[in-house]
Amino acid sequence: MDTIFALSTAPGKAGVAVIRVSGPEAADAVYRIAGMIPPARRATLRVFMDSNGGFLDRGIVIVFEKNRSFTGETVAEFHTHGSRAIISSMLRILGGFSGFRQAEPGEFTLRALRNGRIDLTEVEGLGDLIDAETETQRKQAVSVFEGALARKAEAWKETMLRSVALLESELDFSEEELPDSVVPQARSLIKRQRLELEGEARGVAAAERVREGFEVAIVGAPNTGKSTLLNYLAGREAAITSEYAGTTRDIIEVRMDLGGLPVNLLDTAGMRDTSDPVERIGVGRARSRAESADIRVYLHEGEGVRGIGLVPGEQDIVLRAKIDLAPDAKVPGVSGKTGQGVAGMIDRIVSVLGQKAGEVGLATRERHRQAILVAAAALESAETELLGQDPRIEIAAEEVWRALRAMESLVGRVDVEHVLDEIFASFCIGK
Amino acid sequence: MKHFDFDVIVVGGGHAGTEAAYASARAGAATALVTLRRDAIGAMSCNPAIGGLGKGHLVREIDAMDGAMAQVADRSGIQFRLLNRRKGPAVQGPRAQIDRKLYRLAMQGLIGRIQGITVLEGEAEDFLFDGERVTGVALVDGSELRSPATVLTTGTFLRGTIRIGETAQSAGRVGENAAIKLAERMDALGLPLGRLKTGTPPRLDGRTIDWSNLESQPGDRDPVMFSFLSKAPVARQVSCSITHTNPRTHRIIEENLGRSAIYGGHFDSTGPRYCPSVEDKVVRFADKKSHQIFLEPEGLDDDTVYPNGISTSLPADVQERFVRTIKGLELARIIQPGYAIEYDYVDPRSLRSTLELRDTPGLFLAGQINGTTGYEEAGAQGLVAGLNAALKRRGRPPVTFPRSQSYIGVMIDDLVTRGVTEPYRMFTSRAEFRLALRADNADQRLTPLAREVGIVSEKRWRKYSEKAERLAVCHSLLGQYSLSSSQAANAGIRMGRDGTRRNGLELLAYPGVDIAFLSRIWSQLAVIDAGTAKQIEIEALYANYLKRQRKDAEALERDEALQIPDHIDYRMIGGLSGELTEKLLRIRPETLAQAARIEGMTPAALALILATVKRGGKRCAA
Repeated sequence: MDTIFALSTAPGKAGVAVIRVSGPEAADAVYRIAGMIPPARRATLRVFMDSNGGFLDRGIVIVFEKNRSFTGETVAEFHTHGSRAIISSMLRILGGFSGFRQAEPGEFTLRALRNGRIDLTEVEGLGDLIDAETETQRKQAVSVFEGALARKAEAWKETMLRSVALLESELDFSEEELPDSVVPQARSLIKRQRLELEGEARGVAAAERVREGFEVAIVGAPNTGKSTLLNYLAGREAAITSEYAGTTRDIIEVRMDLGGLPVNLLDTAGMRDTSDPVERIGVGRARSRAESADIRVYLHEGEGVRGIGLVPGEQDIVLRAKIDLAPDAKVPGVSGKTGQGVAGMIDRIVSVLGQKAGEVGLATRERHRQAILVAAAALESAETELLGQDPRIEIAAEEVWRALRAMESLVGRVDVEHVLDEIFASFCIGK
Repeated sequence: MKHFDFDVIVVGGGHAGTEAAYASARAGAATALVTLRRDAIGAMSCNPAIGGLGKGHLVREIDAMDGAMAQVADRSGIQFRLLNRRKGPAVQGPRAQIDRKLYRLAMQGLIGRIQGITVLEGEAEDFLFDGERVTGVALVDGSELRSPATVLTTGTFLRGTIRIGETAQSAGRVGENAAIKLAERMDALGLPLGRLKTGTPPRLDGRTIDWSNLESQPGDRDPVMFSFLSKAPVARQVSCSITHTNPRTHRIIEENLGRSAIYGGHFDSTGPRYCPSVEDKVVRFADKKSHQIFLEPEGLDDDTVYPNGISTSLPADVQERFVRTIKGLELARIIQPGYAIEYDYVDPRSLRSTLELRDTPGLFLAGQINGTTGYEEAGAQGLVAGLNAALKRRGRPPVTFPRSQSYIGVMIDDLVTRGVTEPYRMFTSRAEFRLALRADNADQRLTPLAREVGIVSEKRWRKYSEKAERLAVCHSLLGQYSLSSSQAANAGIRMGRDGTRRNGLELLAYPGVDIAFLSRIWSQLAVIDAGTAKQIEIEALYANYLKRQRKDAEALERDEALQIPDHIDYRMIGGLSGELTEKLLRIRPETLAQAARIEGMTPAALALILATVKRGGKRCAA
């Protein structure tokens, strides 16, 4: 049974953050980070240290003993200062302990329930949690893995599936006429994969979203002044603007600093049904890009935002465009010509993104990095097992399966049926 | 008071049926075995072999539960081979060629000798009902048999259709009638039925084969038996031979594909990927110039040869032409052409883990009728169904098999939670706890359980207890002796000098260290016999992995123990997504572990389900 941990207080910058740890090794984590295990249920001020004994923070630690805790397991709470850097380091240190992993949404509650430590009415709240958490998780996964990383994860899955299929064919179908090269082939695939994962884990930390920048898409029907607004913000003629509807066909990006946050502003093609095939491609591309952006600014000219094939989300911003031409409008508006309403818009963008900066970061990325590291270690053991005259294939296969399980959050679940599909597609099996 | 003729009725005398009746009788139930022909009990209708990878594990587990298959196979085996002998012990599987007749006779002997089984010749054509509950069967001759539990093991007989080339005939096996009335009755029960197909190769006359230039494959020099009670083969041992198809064979097959039952569009059912017809092989792997064929003798005093690898549904004349292009078979005579058979199966997701139908209490299904293939898979299900039918009759709690403890458990769980898309066959890769579920420790995993439910003979229990005792003594001996790292290095064990003392068990994990090696250091260890030593060495080999897997297994077992009642209404649980609710309603998981394996399940959703279960439990208790 894994020991699980999670940031229990709201993400983002705050005065105090609480990181909760639950499971058989929870007390061990306290010993390793706080240097001692305080008496149960007594708040104790300690210096928290990283794995090399370096100073991390000064904070409070509390240990709850088994059967007298929220989950019924040994539970530890670290109360740290609410800085993102400290929280991030704590999560990383915990994730580095063997047998530890980040809790999934609802997992503390599930453990509490299993151990009969929770009032059933407390579970009711989980209903909302599922919708909210899975939706944000999915969105986070999509946004974090949009593009290059998503394609990589797909390729990793293919490679690991192929490796395990090669090994399993040697185990389950050794009576068949298999090529001699199966084991060496598996080994080289595993090695390639391991190197790639190691490289990726090194990269993930640096490739922070905050560095890459948030994406803010400006969307709306054609000729609602999207490009004009962008130009105003950018202070230059970045997008081509003209009086004719449908001028912007490619997505134009302008990078800028908004309230201290790095932002890529996207100017998208005007969205409308069109018969022009070139424009249709542009509209399709604009929609999908806008959907994956962190927030969207919807512009309309009094008619609302229906008819463009996108529905504003809760955090999106809807504005009456060309507000200078509609002085009587009762709704918030903006003008790229006069600059009216731009400051208010920027404030709202910054406030939404500021929240996201806390949220998207840590948990998701750190969880993925740790999954990648566990997988890389398992693959390395697999490689070792496949060396030499008498490779221990069944143990190597076990390690590759372990790598696949660790990466489930990135690559999805790989089922034995997928592996069998791969085997039967590759080799003529069957007497 | 209802009057019952028997405690348990088993319909069908194949591998599932015999094992079911044998288990039921051992559990103390008065059991009727209803079969078309007494002399066909234990017939092997496909290839003359038992065991293999994954399958051999199942046979060992049946034996550990004191079932029939392993003992009967040991008595009738004519070539024993341990597959994967050069690979790790977890993936080694015992296999044997079997003399069909000897097998049948040995099985009939076993069934005849045991107290509590009454064999009845007859054809079941309908069920008797008390409401939704099945209370027995009606036979074609008009007689009725009453019992509170019926185990149906009709194999491929449900609307079986045999196809050779363009011709089709209704049959269960060649020469035996299909059970059509029973199939209609199953329709009426509203059971979800599907259709599967499988095939067989032509049977050859061994006297017309030129064996002289063929590669021979003898059995192992030290045969490994199936049963923990057997020591050595009884029957005379023979060899198999190996030959290959060639481009000429493939050309004839290609030219006649349109006349194949499978390729002529006569079938719309699904065949197994791992047992393709020779037509399939030629089409799908067109670049492969030849395919291996094992020529397997069907018996010692039987000239029939089973050419394993060329199952086909081409017309008989084409079969003869392509067979005669093969080395050694130039003059071979076909005794019976190969054929494809298509049959109905019941979607196993309608079953409980006891193999009782969820919505038709009193009726248990086992074997091919549940969409599986293979004698071993059928036998293992027969054991589960027969045992649980008997326990139910006696008002005792059911026996279920965790995935973490047996291949039987893996199979049952796969069937009832995931259903099948092709005939289900066991592979070792299906067992996520493969390193723990080995053929060598099947008895340690299952015999105590079987003893608990009272189906183990005194003889087996004595033998098992002695083995357990020897293992315990060996463990404690090895635990007593230890070496420091430098002592170990001096003794020639490859390890760093880290100052740690390691006991005998720990030292066994190092390369090149076995018990023989250690007994040169500690002469007291010389008393350990070879069998015990081997078992301990295997445990040591996997020790680190077993420890790690144990944690996962414990979590799984705990969730497997958490039952979800049938009446739970997932639509009433607020917060579950529509997609998840739909899946839960369709699969109706029996335990929290099964629910957890549903794709898309999250801990939060699981917590909601668990809370609902707990709340329901409270309300009932109040």
